[in-house]
Amino acid sequence: MSFDFSPIFDRWPMLLSGALMTMLLATAATALGFVIGTLCAVGRNSSYRAASAICAVYVETIRNTPFLVQIFLIFFGLSTLGFTLGAVTVAILALTINVGAYTGEIMRAGFNSVHSGQWEAAECLGLSRLQTYWHVVLFPAVERVYPSLTSQFILLMLASSITSQISVPELTGNANFIQGVSFRPLETYLVIGVIYFALSVVMRQAFNGIGMLIFPRRRRLGTAL
Amino acid sequence: MNNATENKPVIVLRDVEKSFGQVKVLHGVSFEVQRGQVTVLIGRSGSGKSTALRCIDRLETVNAGYIEVCGHVVTDPALELRKLRLDVGIVFQSYNLFPHLTIGQNIMLAPRSVKNLPKTETVELARACLEQVGLGDKFDAYPEQLSGGQQQRAAIARSLAMQPKVMLFDEVTSALDPELTGEVLKVIERLAAGGMTMVIVTHEMNFARRIADQLVFMHQGKIWEKGPGAILDAPQTPELQRFAAQEL
Amino acid sequence: MVSSFGTIHIQFLLEGAVWTIILSACAFIGGGVMGLIIALMRISPVWTVRTFAAAYIQLVQGIPLLVLMFTGFFGLPAIGVPVSPLMAATISMTVWVGAYLGEFWRGSLEAVPKSQWEAAECLALSRAQRMFKVIIPQAVRNATPGTVGFMVQIIKNTSLASAVSFVDLTRAGQLINNSIFEPFITFVAVAVIYFLLCFPLSVLSRRLERRMARGMAKA
Ligand SMILES: Nc1ncnc2c1ncn2[C@@H]1O[C@H](COP(=O)(O)OP(=O)(O)OP(=O)(O)O)[C@@H](O)[C@H]1O
Ligand SMILES: [Mg+2]
Repeated sequence: MSFDFSPIFDRWPMLLSGALMTMLLATAATALGFVIGTLCAVGRNSSYRAASAICAVYVETIRNTPFLVQIFLIFFGLSTLGFTLGAVTVAILALTINVGAYTGEIMRAGFNSVHSGQWEAAECLGLSRLQTYWHVVLFPAVERVYPSLTSQFILLMLASSITSQISVPELTGNANFIQGVSFRPLETYLVIGVIYFALSVVMRQAFNGIGMLIFPRRRRLGTAL
Repeated sequence: MNNATENKPVIVLRDVEKSFGQVKVLHGVSFEVQRGQVTVLIGRSGSGKSTALRCIDRLETVNAGYIEVCGHVVTDPALELRKLRLDVGIVFQSYNLFPHLTIGQNIMLAPRSVKNLPKTETVELARACLEQVGLGDKFDAYPEQLSGGQQQRAAIARSLAMQPKVMLFDEVTSALDPELTGEVLKVIERLAAGGMTMVIVTHEMNFARRIADQLVFMHQGKIWEKGPGAILDAPQTPELQRFAAQEL
Repeated sequence: MVSSFGTIHIQFLLEGAVWTIILSACAFIGGGVMGLIIALMRISPVWTVRTFAAAYIQLVQGIPLLVLMFTGFFGLPAIGVPVSPLMAATISMTVWVGAYLGEFWRGSLEAVPKSQWEAAECLALSRAQRMFKVIIPQAVRNATPGTVGFMVQIIKNTSLASAVSFVDLTRAGQLINNSIFEPFITFVAVAVIYFLLCFPLSVLSRRLERRMARGMAKA
């Protein structure tokens, strides 16, 4: 048999719009998931039993069930409850909830890695617990776990392919369409495999760049901490 | 000047007991510190000096006894911690500067977010405090760019910026080389001369003798001897005698 | 005739769960063998072998598992290799698990102290003997908690086989939902079964990790 990539490349606008949608999903869920995850880590370390229990249940539930089931539950579940949200909105919501749980665990490790002397110094200066998180602990914690966060967000970008199952027109969803009309499945998936790989490389480089930009110590020392 | 309220001690510890689990670390510690007085805690490693100091700032809660600082009853469970911390500054052996902030930002953080002072005012305040510890040119430096002695002086400046009524020092020179120790001790001596009420834990015996209005010798969680710096020269107990002989 | 969610559906879900377990086991065995090969290649003294393994890891870790699934399911028949859904899913999962476990196990192998490698060399053991008699047994101890943790990822990710019409737990849930249209209870039931499969492994992994950390602190 012979390879024929032309029917796929002929549909490049679909590949492009799919890749853009993938990046949109990844970026939105990364930003929102980071916020959710950080709040979750704060909640988990909190001395309020209820807050810490809720956060623990959230993290364990999400981490021990497949994303595909989560997104089905949200997509079909919300519609039976009478909420009609678009597939893209549901996708961002589901990805955010999912990555928030993983980010929560990473951020908790980051917070716990900050030396107790820092907490104590802030406490003695009269800073409240939330002020301490915001001004003193957050930045060094993110700096410490930045490589893990980066990996997690790249996994998130790859996981966004699963939103094709609720017919979000992202890269994999569009590929499914292309292979259906071109009868060239192998070529189609090889091409988007390469595109995903390129996106993951771009994302890693972007995160490295951002890391250099926001962590002056990383820049000064030239290495991760 | 001589009326009763003026002479009320700034810090009072009465029969303070503290255990960590099964281990009893403080066995009925009592002492008082008058306004403007410098009290130095000395004693062997593990004798409970740091613990006593940490109890004063409620970093540890005591099991029994009474502590009062600047009118705040520290041993009252309902104490508003923030109010206590506004009046008490504490400096640790490991400077604990915030590594991601410049020295200036380190110093301005608490005045801005705890006291809500306007930015311009905190900048001036920070510069003044840095001048006071001889680091006027380090406002924009990061902690890691400073020597240990400079970092410790910056940490002192950070505490001073909150304009505390009492300063606590826990072995602030123990992590420093001898050359750097002197510059930090000089800053503390200047504070003493300025009339700051202080409690100092140190292993620098010459410094202790020089600066102490009151010297407190702790041993196995108890206060063994207490008095002016001269008690080092005429120890009443064999424990202090042995300790003084070793350290001097 | 539309009926509501009942025992018959739970039974159908449990049958799906059995297939989820079977696929997970196949993926773990296949991916484990693949992972071991990749890990050993990754620390090979031969540059080409090392680089090939590194490229494999980089590439697979940059591609979604779902795309690998589709490639296996639609792509293999297209080049004249007929595959069943189970076969396609197993092959895709093997490729995917191999990359992640390979990278993880490489770290565990390299974490075995240098002195052990040297000691093994001094005993005049062959390279294979050194590896299988001295180094791997020690690396296994380091790697166990993380590997158990990764089994959770494997179980969860077998759900993607449902997209290539393999009737696992997730697909069973979809089929039930298509017939009775009670998505909420159906997918909650599916999620609960996954949770019951995964959570014990998560707990075990954390326990092993803590025990190892304690052992390390004592040593
Ligand atoms: N958080 C803690 N948990 C358990 N035991 C503690 C704790 N902090 C201190 N201790 C114990 O309490 C005793 C007194 O400790 P403390 O730090 O007050 O001594 P110290 O006089 O400051 O000694 P050093 O000169 O070494 O600083 C020691 O035996 C120490 O092991
Ligand atoms: Mg001490």
